[in-house]
Amino acid sequence: MADLTTRFGGITAPNPFWLASAPPTNSARQVHRAFEAGWGGAVWKTIGAPVLNVANRYGAWHWNGQKMLAINNVELISDRPLDVNLREIAEVKRTWPDRAVIVSAMVESTREAWHDIVARIEDTGADGIELNYGCPHGMSERGMGSAVGQVPEYCERITAWVMERASIPVIVKLTPNVTDIRWPARAAVRAGANGLSLINTINSIVGVDLDTLRLVPDIGGKGGHGGYAGPAVKPIALHLLSAVASDPEVRGAVPISGMGGIASWRDAAEFLLLGATSVQVCTSVMHWGFRIVEDLVDGLSRWMDEKGFATLDEVVGRALPQLAAFEDFDLSFRTVARIDPERCIRCDLCWVACNDTAHQCIDLVDASGQVVQPRSWDEGSNGKRQATEGRPQPRVREADCVGCRLCYNVCPVEDCIRMVEVDSGRPAVTWAELVRERPEVGRDWQAMERYRRDVGIDIH
Amino acid sequence: MNEIEARLSSSPASLAEQLPPFSDSQALHEAARCLYCYDAPCTHACPTHIDVATFIRRIATGDPLGAAKTILEANILGHSCARVCPVEELCVGACVLHAEGKPIAIGRLQRFATDHLYARGVSLFRPGPPSGRRVAVVGAGPAGLSCAAELAKLGHAVTVFEKRELAGGLSTYGIIGLREPVAVALAEVEMIRRLGVAIVTGRSLGEDLALEELRRDFEAVFLAIGLGGMPRLGIPGEDSVVDGLSWIERSKLDPASLRVGKEVVVIGAGNTAIDAATVAVRLGAERVTIVYRRSRREMPAYDHEYGFARLEGIDFRFLTQPVRVLVDNGTVRGLACVRMRLGRADASGRARPEPVPGSEFVLPCDQVIAAIGQNKVGWLERLGIATENGFVRVDEEWRTSLPGVWAGGDCIRARGAASTVMAVEDGKRAARAIHRALCATSAAAE
Ligand SMILES: Cc1cc2nc3c(=O)[nH]c(=O)nc-3n(C[C@H](O)[C@H](O)[C@H](O)COP(=O)(O)OP(=O)(O)OC[C@H]3O[C@@H](n4cnc5c(N)ncnc54)[C@H](O)[C@@H]3O)c2cc1C
Ligand SMILES: Cc1cc2nc3c(=O)[nH]c(=O)nc-3n(C[C@H](O)[C@H](O)[C@H](O)COP(=O)(O)O)c2cc1C
Ligand code: SF4
Ligand code: SF4
Ligand code: SF4
Repeated sequence: MADLTTRFGGITAPNPFWLASAPPTNSARQVHRAFEAGWGGAVWKTIGAPVLNVANRYGAWHWNGQKMLAINNVELISDRPLDVNLREIAEVKRTWPDRAVIVSAMVESTREAWHDIVARIEDTGADGIELNYGCPHGMSERGMGSAVGQVPEYCERITAWVMERASIPVIVKLTPNVTDIRWPARAAVRAGANGLSLINTINSIVGVDLDTLRLVPDIGGKGGHGGYAGPAVKPIALHLLSAVASDPEVRGAVPISGMGGIASWRDAAEFLLLGATSVQVCTSVMHWGFRIVEDLVDGLSRWMDEKGFATLDEVVGRALPQLAAFEDFDLSFRTVARIDPERCIRCDLCWVACNDTAHQCIDLVDASGQVVQPRSWDEGSNGKRQATEGRPQPRVREADCVGCRLCYNVCPVEDCIRMVEVDSGRPAVTWAELVRERPEVGRDWQAMERYRRDVGIDIH
Repeated sequence: MNEIEARLSSSPASLAEQLPPFSDSQALHEAARCLYCYDAPCTHACPTHIDVATFIRRIATGDPLGAAKTILEANILGHSCARVCPVEELCVGACVLHAEGKPIAIGRLQRFATDHLYARGVSLFRPGPPSGRRVAVVGAGPAGLSCAAELAKLGHAVTVFEKRELAGGLSTYGIIGLREPVAVALAEVEMIRRLGVAIVTGRSLGEDLALEELRRDFEAVFLAIGLGGMPRLGIPGEDSVVDGLSWIERSKLDPASLRVGKEVVVIGAGNTAIDAATVAVRLGAERVTIVYRRSRREMPAYDHEYGFARLEGIDFRFLTQPVRVLVDNGTVRGLACVRMRLGRADASGRARPEPVPGSEFVLPCDQVIAAIGQNKVGWLERLGIATENGFVRVDEEWRTSLPGVWAGGDCIRARGAASTVMAVEDGKRAARAIHRALCATSAAAE
């Protein structure tokens, strides 16, 4: 069995799966149950400034019969009294010494307020503090949350205030609602933060109800932007994570706790591979409950066993070295789509995708090998036999295929279309190398045409 | 409440429509499973070529009326077809998800959409701009109604002449209520009336309606008279046998008048026999046995119908030929039968059954129902219309041998399984052929 023990800066946990700071970590009762279920850690629902909440609080993005691909919330930080939260945190930590108990905090942007909250959190015996610089609604209008996370100078100054006072590890939680997340990340590291976490929720309006014409969620006839999270945000989170994890000022300096859309061990493994030392989960737990941790823990360790990884250190960041800029991709690397007619169910989705929107390089071929057009069957024919037996088979004209991978993505059958690497017959060359050698190619179409002719690139 | 509604309302629950409708969320989930195939095989397999992928997508996007429009544009009787089509042989049978053993429930989704439309009484179609041309349709079954609707959409003035009291053909009188309630067929008839089609009931071609009269008063005539009543069995005691077609008809329109036996034998093995037997079971017969002179393999009923009958508790006696009904003082006592064995193939390609000498035995019963098919329409020869094997002969434009007369539906279906959806397609395509012919004559006149 792979060892899932997690060492995140000075914080340790039996596994890398932590509940994100959100409603699942609202109270001691909940966190007790979560730890019983097997969660390795919990970031307490953000405490700090006094707030009042509204109803309805959550909208959601449902798609094609699938519920809650994402949630959108206009919830603020904890609305339970501060001393109740602190008492419960202390109790939880006493009961669960081996788990990571981290307290998320957000207070008014003054040195005194931050010093005060840090002291009170440390009194609970918690293992760490997470600074919530991410909440995109309500708190930001009061100069907290993403109002801090979006301005690297504020981020640095407040983190520095916290570091003056903190003796336990401090994690800075970043907002994705910025143009370049590396700036606030660097600011936090400069100020001495012991770790980073990301992403907090993304600014969003989740929808308009077409019957009532009200915004979703409808808050007494009004609505507004809220924070977006859940499976739909995962690709954005992975990008931001990898951007931070590969940044020279962050890499190696501090560990990162990754989150945003994690629903299964597979998602979690991807976060680890792109540089997260621990992962946090909110929406999927809000959808299915604490029990999903079993799949997370078992699935991850089984995968690690299969891959021969004994510890998390061997996994974390392992995919990062592949990250490259476009100009460093090999322009001579070539793949083409190949359809396995044995698996193909002839839904023709690849055909329509390629022909309507890609490069028109899939043909429909009938039993005699003739290329036919769709809907070329006779109006008078019908019945399952005539409809299925004479149905043509899609086939890729590999010479014309540009390897865009659209058909692969639309094909509903597992392993039916494969992208196969083929020899382009051209020596490897990147854009950067090319324009270094022949700068005119990047400036002038005629030069580009000449280059293509020279090396044999034909784009129709 | 009119008399028919009153009779329908006395229908027992055991004869009511069997499949429950999909709930909104069932429909949404089923629709979401559909892959939205391109040039989808389900559409090819559907005789009316409904754009199945599109209508299902419209259910998935929350537009059931739009879905109904997609359906009815191709198949004006889609409300009936959703219930009665042998979908395993047609659309569902061709669904690409058969590869995973879970094809889409296309009929159920089609019903979801058309139920939604009919529950709201929405009229989707309008008559086309008047062409000034008049067309007569004979027979208000699926073929006739489909042809009438299509012609009305093209702007022609259509009058349908129907022998019976109610329009709808076998959808009204012949398909058991477990599959299609009468109200469904009658709602479709109403919708077609709203398209401006005149439906005259109680007029019978060859009796009080002359073909010559129609050819004189109308510019085109479409014959869609279906098939006839049940042929005779030709065995002693026949007069005590219940006619399967009228048995089913009464189960739909006058269930209170049915008297069911305790031990019922049904002769025949097509869909009608199974339907007649099902009605008997549902009305409380203790034992229902279907006797058929060939074997299970030659049985014309589809596998799913046979499976359904077995679940209903219907027994089958294959290779059994009735020879005599035993009647005692007007009361049926049993059915004398002989065992059969299969010989060489006959003209239909099916093995010819031959009696086993000395094998006669009696199946005790107190009711015999016969359902051995329908009479063909060879009598039309008398009106000058050429027939072949008892079916009207038509060319690829649905033209009969008489100029100005077209035909479609069961009365032309010499080959292949007769079904509602095939009749609808005939009607639709014949209407377009008639339209082409009318346009050609007006062009010639100019
Ligand atoms: C018991 C039974 C069950 C069936 N179940 C199914 C099923 O589940 N699914 C399915 O797809 N198909 C089923 N069918 C077949 C289907 O009902 C027919 O294929 C379909 O109704 C044919 O339509 P049609 O318009 O050609 O004929 P019909 O429906 O027979 O309509 C013909 C119409 O013409 C009228 N008519 C007849 N003679 C004259 C005349 N001389 N003058 C004026 N009008 C006349 C009749 O009264 C009738 O209204 C079933 C058939 C039967 C008998
Ligand atoms: C309803 C809700 C409330 C949240 N409240 C907080 C909060 O109080 N403090 C905080 O740092 N993040 C909060 N978050 C953000 C989550 O901690 C997490 O960063 C985000 O949801 C992404 O993870 P996920 O995709 O697993 O949900 C909240 C998220 C949701 C959905
Ligand atoms: S998308 Fe896949 S299954 Fe569908 S036709 Fe193309 S290759 Fe076949
Ligand atoms: S009309 Fe019948 S065959 Fe055609 S799609 Fe509908 S249910 Fe299937
Ligand atoms: S074949 Fe099946 S999956 Fe494809 S469009 Fe038709 S119903 Fe949908």
